[in-house]
Amino acid sequence: MMKPRIILDSKHFEITVTRLCYQLIEVHNDFSNTVIIGLQPRGIYLAKRIQKKLSEILSKKDIKCGSLDITFYRDDFRQKELVPNATEIDFIIENKNVIMVDDVLFTGRTIRAGLDAMLAFGRPNDVELLVLIDRRLSRHLPIQAKYIGKIIDSIASEKVKVEWKESDGADKVTLING
Amino acid sequence: MTKLSTKHLLGIKEITADDINLILNTAESFKEVINRPIKKVPSLRDITIANLFFENSTRTKLSFELAERRLSADVVSFSAAASSVKKGETLIDTVNNILAMKVDLIVMRHPNPGAAVFLSKHVDAKIINAGDGAHEHPTQALLDAFSIKEKLGSIKGKKIAIVGDVLHSRVALSNIFCLQKLGAEVMVCGPTTLIPKYISHLGVKVEHNLRKALEWCDVANMLRIQLERQDIKFFPSLREYTMLYGLNKELLDSLSKKIIIMHPGPINRGVEITSDVADSDQSIILEQVENGVAVRMAVLFLLAGRA
Repeated sequence: MMKPRIILDSKHFEITVTRLCYQLIEVHNDFSNTVIIGLQPRGIYLAKRIQKKLSEILSKKDIKCGSLDITFYRDDFRQKELVPNATEIDFIIENKNVIMVDDVLFTGRTIRAGLDAMLAFGRPNDVELLVLIDRRLSRHLPIQAKYIGKIIDSIASEKVKVEWKESDGADKVTLING
Repeated sequence: MTKLSTKHLLGIKEITADDINLILNTAESFKEVINRPIKKVPSLRDITIANLFFENSTRTKLSFELAERRLSADVVSFSAAASSVKKGETLIDTVNNILAMKVDLIVMRHPNPGAAVFLSKHVDAKIINAGDGAHEHPTQALLDAFSIKEKLGSIKGKKIAIVGDVLHSRVALSNIFCLQKLGAEVMVCGPTTLIPKYISHLGVKVEHNLRKALEWCDVANMLRIQLERQDIKFFPSLREYTMLYGLNKELLDSLSKKIIIMHPGPINRGVEITSDVADSDQSIILEQVENGVAVRMAVLFLLAGRA
């Protein structure tokens, strides 16, 4: 097995998240009509990180951020075991601009399920997708992200591992040979 | 643990503590789902479920149907009164005919103990026992455990008294297995005639004095007197039963601590429990009903998810 390749170390991780925040501010100004929704389980770390960074940059405390679990909406239910996580969306998304956040965009199936799951909380005005890593050659569905941390070209047998300070001790993205 | 150890839910006795915890944790997610403006998820959209009720039921049948529909399953319901069972068809024939119509999962209530186990051995479908005679009622025990956990934070080490007609109660037996597997202490309380002779062999305490049982416990689960199953007289009169084993407000208020009151329904108001107790802030009877839908969704989701 080849040595795992580091795609983002903790310094570049920070730079990337900051850049994504400024890109969001360019479009969404003061976030008065925009909400962030992180997809469970791994997208919520990025969503929380972005919420925190945006609050710092904009000096604004009330940027809304929720987490959405998509287990019950997946199309591969019964092909593998799925464990549901908590959904916490304590605001209305009707007519809001929603930024959906996940760590890695791979086949696009998670996002498809996320779009379905979100409809149970209202009809958003506009939905955009933000991901930290876009594995652009592996898509099964016509889904693209608007805000991308880093694009990588990888084959399906490789794995992208995103580690977070909060849960794994350090911010890091590595590519592992399968 | 992401997978149940069993293909069917026949009784709590057959499943492990891990299974129970998996179901309760999954049910938490479903409780959030059923409190959304849109209460439906598409998980079981390709599954057909038959509800076979060979015995009357309102709550359990409705609760299962709602749980199934909120998971987007296709549902057919059947009650014995309006079926070919009256014409002499056997249980296996009835069920095989239903399965021939491509049904994936069967929820069954039956007056005979062991009916669900019997069926699971003879037909090729997943079976959920929704009550078999005086044997087991696993989803009731799971929703009771969920409700206790929700109220008290955990079940381990808690003291639960099951009061009333333990002899005829499938709820009591399933509750005993479930609570013991989760590490709770269980006591049964009732007149000697309504407590099964060897029940202490299950490791439960037996008490015949209601006040003592209530002083001991954190949660009291008040069972209904099942007059329809009593072919002989087990106590002189309902009035006497109420005097000795009915829970009223004065008794509840005179206890040294605030206990939680549960009841599996249907309530006979004024018999095992008075109205002011059933409607008091210590009662979680309606929470139990709400949690029932979430717990049944979890059971259906986990069983249907098993290949």
